[in-house]
Amino acid sequence: MSRRRVSFSDGNQCKGGRRWSNPLVVLFVFCCVGCSICLLWGLDVYGILERKVRVRALGDEKEKTLLDQYNLSKDRVHALASLISSLNQERFYECMSKSVADERLGSNLLHALREQRPEIDQSQDQQHWDRENMSHEKMSVEIMQETHQFFPEPLLNILYLVIVEMVVFSMGFAVGIFFKSSCQQFQQQKHYKQQNSKGRGITERRKETLVNMCDERARMLQDQFNVSMNHVHALAILVSTFHHGKQPSAIDQKTFAEFTARTAFERPLMSGVAYALRVLHREREEFEKQHGWKIKKMETEYQFLVKDDYNPEKLDPSPVQDEYAPVIFSQETVSHIVSIDMMSGKEDRGNILRARATGKGVLTSPFNLLKSNHLGVVLTFAVYNTNLPPNATPKERIEATVGYLGASFDVPSLVEKLLHQLASKHTIVVNLYDTTNVSAPIRMYGPDVASTSEMHISNVDFGDPTHQHEMHCRFKHKPPPPWSAITTSLGVAVIVLLVGHIFHAALDRIEEVEDDYRQMRELKVQAEAADVAKSQFLATVSHEIRTPMNGVLGMLRMLMDTDLDATQEDFAMTAQSSGKALIALINEVLDQAKIESGRLELEAVPFDLRDILDNVLFLFSDKPQAKGIEMAVCVSQQVPDILIGDPGRFRQIITNLVGNSVKFTREGHIYVSVHLVEDAKSVKVGQCETLSGFHVVDKRKIWENFSMVKYSNEANDAVSLMVTVEDTGVGIPQDAQIRIFTPFMQADSSTSRTYGGTGLGLSISKCLVELMGGEIGFISKPGIGSTFSFTAVFRDGCKDDIKRHHSDPALSDFQGMRALVTDGRSIRAESTAYHLKRLGIHVHVATDQDSATNTILDLCSASGKERLDMVLVDKDAWGGGSGISFPRLLLDRRQNGAVVPQESLPKMFLVATFLSPTEVHDLKSAGYVDSIMKPLRLSMISACIRKALGVGSKRQQLKGQPMALHKLLIGKNVLVVDDNAINRKVAACALKKFGATVTCAHSGKEAILMLQPPHNFDACFMDVQMPEMDGFEATRQIRLMEDRVKELINSGDASLEMYGNIAHWHVPILAMTADVIQATHEECLRCGMDDYVLKPFEEQQLYSAVARFFEFDVADGQILADMRKKEEASDLWASWFGTLR
Amino acid sequence: MELGSLQRRYIDFTSALFREGFLDNQYTQLQQLQDESNPEFVLEVVTLFFEDSEKLLNELSRTLDQQVVDFKKVDAHVHQLKGSSASIGAQRVKNVCMAFRNCCEERNQEGCLRWLQQVRQEYFLVKSKLETLFRLEKQILAAGGSVPVLCFLWPTHVETLSV
Repeated sequence: MSRRRVSFSDGNQCKGGRRWSNPLVVLFVFCCVGCSICLLWGLDVYGILERKVRVRALGDEKEKTLLDQYNLSKDRVHALASLISSLNQERFYECMSKSVADERLGSNLLHALREQRPEIDQSQDQQHWDRENMSHEKMSVEIMQETHQFFPEPLLNILYLVIVEMVVFSMGFAVGIFFKSSCQQFQQQKHYKQQNSKGRGITERRKETLVNMCDERARMLQDQFNVSMNHVHALAILVSTFHHGKQPSAIDQKTFAEFTARTAFERPLMSGVAYALRVLHREREEFEKQHGWKIKKMETEYQFLVKDDYNPEKLDPSPVQDEYAPVIFSQETVSHIVSIDMMSGKEDRGNILRARATGKGVLTSPFNLLKSNHLGVVLTFAVYNTNLPPNATPKERIEATVGYLGASFDVPSLVEKLLHQLASKHTIVVNLYDTTNVSAPIRMYGPDVASTSEMHISNVDFGDPTHQHEMHCRFKHKPPPPWSAITTSLGVAVIVLLVGHIFHAALDRIEEVEDDYRQMRELKVQAEAADVAKSQFLATVSHEIRTPMNGVLGMLRMLMDTDLDATQEDFAMTAQSSGKALIALINEVLDQAKIESGRLELEAVPFDLRDILDNVLFLFSDKPQAKGIEMAVCVSQQVPDILIGDPGRFRQIITNLVGNSVKFTREGHIYVSVHLVEDAKSVKVGQCETLSGFHVVDKRKIWENFSMVKYSNEANDAVSLMVTVEDTGVGIPQDAQIRIFTPFMQADSSTSRTYGGTGLGLSISKCLVELMGGEIGFISKPGIGSTFSFTAVFRDGCKDDIKRHHSDPALSDFQGMRALVTDGRSIRAESTAYHLKRLGIHVHVATDQDSATNTILDLCSASGKERLDMVLVDKDAWGGGSGISFPRLLLDRRQNGAVVPQESLPKMFLVATFLSPTEVHDLKSAGYVDSIMKPLRLSMISACIRKALGVGSKRQQLKGQPMALHKLLIGKNVLVVDDNAINRKVAACALKKFGATVTCAHSGKEAILMLQPPHNFDACFMDVQMPEMDGFEATRQIRLMEDRVKELINSGDASLEMYGNIAHWHVPILAMTADVIQATHEECLRCGMDDYVLKPFEEQQLYSAVARFFEFDVADGQILADMRKKEEASDLWASWFGTLR
Repeated sequence: MELGSLQRRYIDFTSALFREGFLDNQYTQLQQLQDESNPEFVLEVVTLFFEDSEKLLNELSRTLDQQVVDFKKVDAHVHQLKGSSASIGAQRVKNVCMAFRNCCEERNQEGCLRWLQQVRQEYFLVKSKLETLFRLEKQILAAGGSVPVLCFLWPTHVETLSV
């Protein structure tokens, strides 16, 4: 599948299609192979079955043979028994000793049996092997299964995949052939071919079977025949022993007939036996006399063809011959041939002659037996009177011949009986032929069928070399078609087709799905591109709108700066505020676009978080003040004064949150608090008191979700802040809470109608907070309010050596003052106290009136440091407007108690959210110095306090470095040289402020004139870049001048008095430059200036520069100059080494 | 107008001046230099700046109008203007002057004329702003209030929104 997907990802379906053609062929082959395997398997099964049948047949035959042989031996014993019963004991022994040959035959028989046994064993082995083979196959199948299980899971999966792929391919192929008839034909052809080849295998096997069975039958027939022949042979020996070997003969016709009749079971296939004596012509007379009958001539050719009306008496006497062979003994069945001369028949005669010459059984050609109308043969044995050696010559044999034993064989019966004993007789047709005459074989047994079917010919040797016999075997039926194989393969084909169809369908479906997927992906790409385009569009458009909007706003502002009447100003202000709103919106959209495109980066600059909070709250204070909503901010003291981060973005977040709160709050309060994350956890829990007394939601629940609160281990200078903005507004509906941070989503579509806004603020805030490494969360309950909380990580700016904003002299005025904050609500008092503390004022808090008045009175009487400078009373300290009457209460207490001078009372301030004009008017009379409007701001508080307490520059001069600078500069005469009147004025004013007496010069030339010794300037601040003569040149000339004076004094040309008793004139000249480039500084030093100060003056820098000159007396100027020279030299060395390095 | 809203408007206005870069910290320092002994210091200095600048601007336009421009002179004037604007904290004028001086060094008359136009524009802008500011201050004082002291520093960076 994966390969297919790859091809699809190329988007080249044709390729994929073409790719199918090859696998199609492969699949075809695969299919064919599969079919043939099935077929083979089926045929194998079939073959095995057949072979099994054959093996069973063989086994049966062997068994039969064995049984027969055994029976034969038993018969033999039985025959002996009957013989014993016929003869006396003596004769029996004789017989036994004489029939050694016969015994040998028995042993031979045993031997033959033994020989046959291995064959049986072998056949059994074969059977066993077959079975084993089969079980082996089974085992191999099992092993395959086992190995299958043995594969590890992934491998198995891969295997499955491969199989599935193969199957899928085969499916495609199968479907292909399903619709392509040509393919089908081809396949069928192939199929047939395979079947044919298979068929050939079958016929071969059949032939083999046939051969085996035929041979088997032939051999058995031969054996049976031989056994019968042996019997006849034994009979011959019996006759020779008991008839010829005895005087008188122990056998007469009666005995012979009885014996042969009783032993007829031994020769089931012989119709009868007869014994003919060899009678020479000279002995004929005597013989005929002795027996009382004439030797008769055979009537027909074959005497054994007995007819019912046969009468031996009617036969003619035998003509004269050299010798005769009259039958003297015969079995009952053939008693009619007694006295007939066997030599008279042509066939018999030849038989007799051959038999006595060879000493073996000799057969006649087949002829019809009279009685049964069966074909038969006559077997003739010669009976010798002496024991002939085995290698006797024919002549000796003829001479030793005394008689002939004949037996007629019923061949069809023999074969019939044999075949009956064997299994599968129905499957095979057996024909027996006498092929002595090759051109005209005589059929001895079997139906006359002219079948074209295959047959096998086995030679049968009946022990007579003159007669050839053959057995022809053929199957009765044509081989049945291999149905099982056909059905199996057909079934497999059908299953394959079905599965192929299924897979084809599945494949189609997969293709469909993949097409859909590709389509979706394309759509997704398009959508993404559209999104990017949207962002870009927004950004561009926003930017384009901003530019003209800025112009509009600027013009509006300028318009407002002109003289407008009230209405015009109102219009202008409205237009401006609308424009501002639009700009704000555009900025938000721009921010969103920036955030989405990931281009928003944060600054890292020092800033004062408290200032930002003050300002944000102040910006929003209009509406809340009108509504009487309390707004307060409280920043924990642990939060550093200066943080490093992005003040603009921080401000944006706060503005968004506070703006939202202001928008949705109608009454109550908005409270912003900032803590360190570490401290946030320990913030007073269960603080039920709130700023305005309204209920608020429990903000701690927000923090539970913050990971930062839980794991707040930060780097050394990292400061994690927790900012919380709490309001008592309408709250956010529960269902809207989940999408509150989603862009352009507001709690309700009606929200924008009611309250305005784009719904971007919070989503931007969330992004910004995340950029700051923090988290934002909220909790809100409709009707109670919302609390938003976020964390942000900044760096501690106080740890770096960054100029502290609090060096601002305006704020250092209040250092060490004491204040009392009186408020019924401790949280509000805390907020007020927070602002005072920022000013460096020591704050006491009193929450109830009594403790407040007590504290005030106590501290009033105290002196010095303990003195209370001011009291701040909230307007609503103990309920609406109750704060206003507090001073009166205090006065009352004072009048009742100890009298404290009016002046020693601390100044009273009223802190209020809103004051009506009448209240403002009554403020003074109520005992307040001034009112401070909430939200409290540092600048507002400081301005109010400063105004009320009269603190200002006088105090300021006593504090810190400004004082030090003042000390240094006080009373000093300073020359300021600058061509720029404004610069001059500013510099002069600044220096004057530090107590120096400032003289100004507007050019370098004027400065040179003024600095002509003797003069009374303690220092000169010189601008560097001036027209006509710049600062460097002026300095150089001044230094030249000074040197000249020195020389004059040294040479005595001028008196010391002339130059104010100063031998060494060197006025410190400090360059004033706005340039911070090092090169300028070096230039300054090179031309004789002593140092430089940055323009515009900065206290710190000015102090450090000036301090070098004024810390020593001016009289020590020389030492200073020397020191400076040394320093310069060392600096030179250092820089030299520096360059070397 | 009511004192409170006057004060708020003053703060708003001043904040905007700082935020938009018309004024910088130097102006705050000037304000700090003003005290009881020198109550009109800022006004004096700024007035001086106005006079001086207008003189310089006229001088500049005259110089640049000539066939053969004395760039040295132009440079000196611009430098002077730069110095005075830096002294009162008129940041934008100062910035334009710096660019102007660069252009002077290239002796590009057309560019200089363009920059002069720019400087003039910035100058009049800041002048009107400062005049408004003074008027507001006067109004506050007349209403018996105290002029709020801007003790904070606005982030002086102007957002560069180049998306």
